[in-house]
Amino acid sequence: MHMADALVSPAVAGTMCAVSAAAAAYSVKEIKAEDLDKKVPVMGVMGAFVFAAQMINFTIPGTGSSGHLCGGMLLSAVMGPFAGFLTMIAVLVIQCLLFADGGLLALGCNVWNMAFYGCFVGGFLVWKAVTGKKMTKKRIAAASIIGCMVSLQFGAFSVTIETLLSGITELPFAVFFGMMQPIHLAIGLAEGLITASVLVFIYEARPEILYGFAQDGEKDRGRMSRKGAVLSLGLLALIIGGIVSLFASGYPDGLEWSMEKVAGTAELTASGTIYRMAEKLQGITAVLPDYAFKSSDSAAGTSLSGIAGGVAVLTVCLFICLLIKKVRRREEK
Amino acid sequence: MGRMGDAVSELHKLDMEAVKCGWLQRMHPLPKLLVTLFFLVLTVSFGKYDLQGLIKMGIYLIVLFVLGDISVKRLFKRMKAVLALVCLMGAANPFFDRETAALLGPVVITGGMVSAAVLIVKGIFAVSAAYLLIAVTPVSDVCYALRRLHVPKIFVTVIMLIYRYVIVLLKEAERMTDAYMLRAPEQNGIEYRVWGTFAGQLLLRSMDRAQTVYDSMMLRGYDGEFYLREKRPAGCTDYLYLLLWSMVLAAIRIM
Repeated sequence: MHMADALVSPAVAGTMCAVSAAAAAYSVKEIKAEDLDKKVPVMGVMGAFVFAAQMINFTIPGTGSSGHLCGGMLLSAVMGPFAGFLTMIAVLVIQCLLFADGGLLALGCNVWNMAFYGCFVGGFLVWKAVTGKKMTKKRIAAASIIGCMVSLQFGAFSVTIETLLSGITELPFAVFFGMMQPIHLAIGLAEGLITASVLVFIYEARPEILYGFAQDGEKDRGRMSRKGAVLSLGLLALIIGGIVSLFASGYPDGLEWSMEKVAGTAELTASGTIYRMAEKLQGITAVLPDYAFKSSDSAAGTSLSGIAGGVAVLTVCLFICLLIKKVRRREEK
Repeated sequence: MGRMGDAVSELHKLDMEAVKCGWLQRMHPLPKLLVTLFFLVLTVSFGKYDLQGLIKMGIYLIVLFVLGDISVKRLFKRMKAVLALVCLMGAANPFFDRETAALLGPVVITGGMVSAAVLIVKGIFAVSAAYLLIAVTPVSDVCYALRRLHVPKIFVTVIMLIYRYVIVLLKEAERMTDAYMLRAPEQNGIEYRVWGTFAGQLLLRSMDRAQTVYDSMMLRGYDGEFYLREKRPAGCTDYLYLLLWSMVLAAIRIM
């Protein structure tokens, strides 16, 4: 997912550098409060470890391909998100300078797409939300897989937005998005599985290495609670739904684009009583048709649609989780 | 030699190149870093159809390759991954942008073809510029320049340490991979059942090594400060280098 310099415009590169620098400055401030002298050598050696481990080919069963570790997630799980983030930046600088993996000017974008999401969203928010107060092997594995998949989805989405804002490619948003997200979902799953197996091994062999682990199994470090992490993830979903949805509204999606090419129209019409009834029912239930207010194309409508969608998905997920919990409790009784 | 062996050998070769005794290698690292960044900003700022203007930026690269006596062969090796990426991104342009940009006899050159070519040239130039910087400037000097630009100390120290230990850990990972491959021949990679133990062992060894590194640093009087070799102050030649290239590159961009 390393972006090359050729894929970004100076404006996008500058903005992303500023944003990533702000995150790095905050991390430096936070890490200074910890045991800095002892942490620096660990950060250096762990950075070198990620570098070396990413060169190991892990065979993905049944595919004939190979995957590698999710560096940000692993570093955060071992050293905490702030030290992990700074270490990942250093790894990206070295990869860019010595191996031409990612551009020097695109460094801000790469830091944001890989280090920020990997360390703060996957390695911190998802990790906190899933592992909760007590670490177990199942929770660690789940946190690693979900964390890698979520952070890679965010990263891939950012690559799409940054490339399109730079005006580099002629690909429509929907096509580019359709190419990037599914492939990174699969990569995220593979990286998540590898990261999970490493972290579970560490948990079994030397659990005290894991960030936030205490001998009695209770978490003792980190200021954010599980509730805080869940709330932050929710807030992140709202921001994505509310602000980023504005970028997505201008182009047809992959299916609409294909239909336009084949049939000459993006919306096919059908006749018949059942279709009419279904259309009528949809007209009543669709509060925000076409991701906007009824008879209005305002940006507020698009934003609200994004937020409403996020809340709806969250509610459904919550309902399903509660249902599973209830069924499990009943079975246990 | 495997991927890890290749990486170690590449690092050694780059190190050897950067400590040559040419005048470009002897220059202060700060002007070299600033000129590289300026070159990159100007290169990516060219419009998507401005192939003619963009090609002129190649002057900087040609001059530096010749004056610095730098291996071009190694550059082509580095170029592979980036070229594949930019070609992939640019491949769609000729299909979506079919407006005629020029006629080359009977051949129609579309806007998409030009924008794809611009993308590829930008990719080549950007990789070359970064390679030129690192081929004439050792990593410790780049770190020194970063400190002069007020990049936080902790961050620069971590880069130095990673650079110091990456070869050690690459060799260790290579030894482990070789040992695994000898015991499990005809496998393309590490089998899923031993993912955790394999990389986990390397991680545990790395953590132990970090503790040893910390102990030895403390024994040598480490007090939180990582001292970089002080460079001679930038002289007239260094300022002239910065000024001249800034003017030349800006002139090429404006023309």
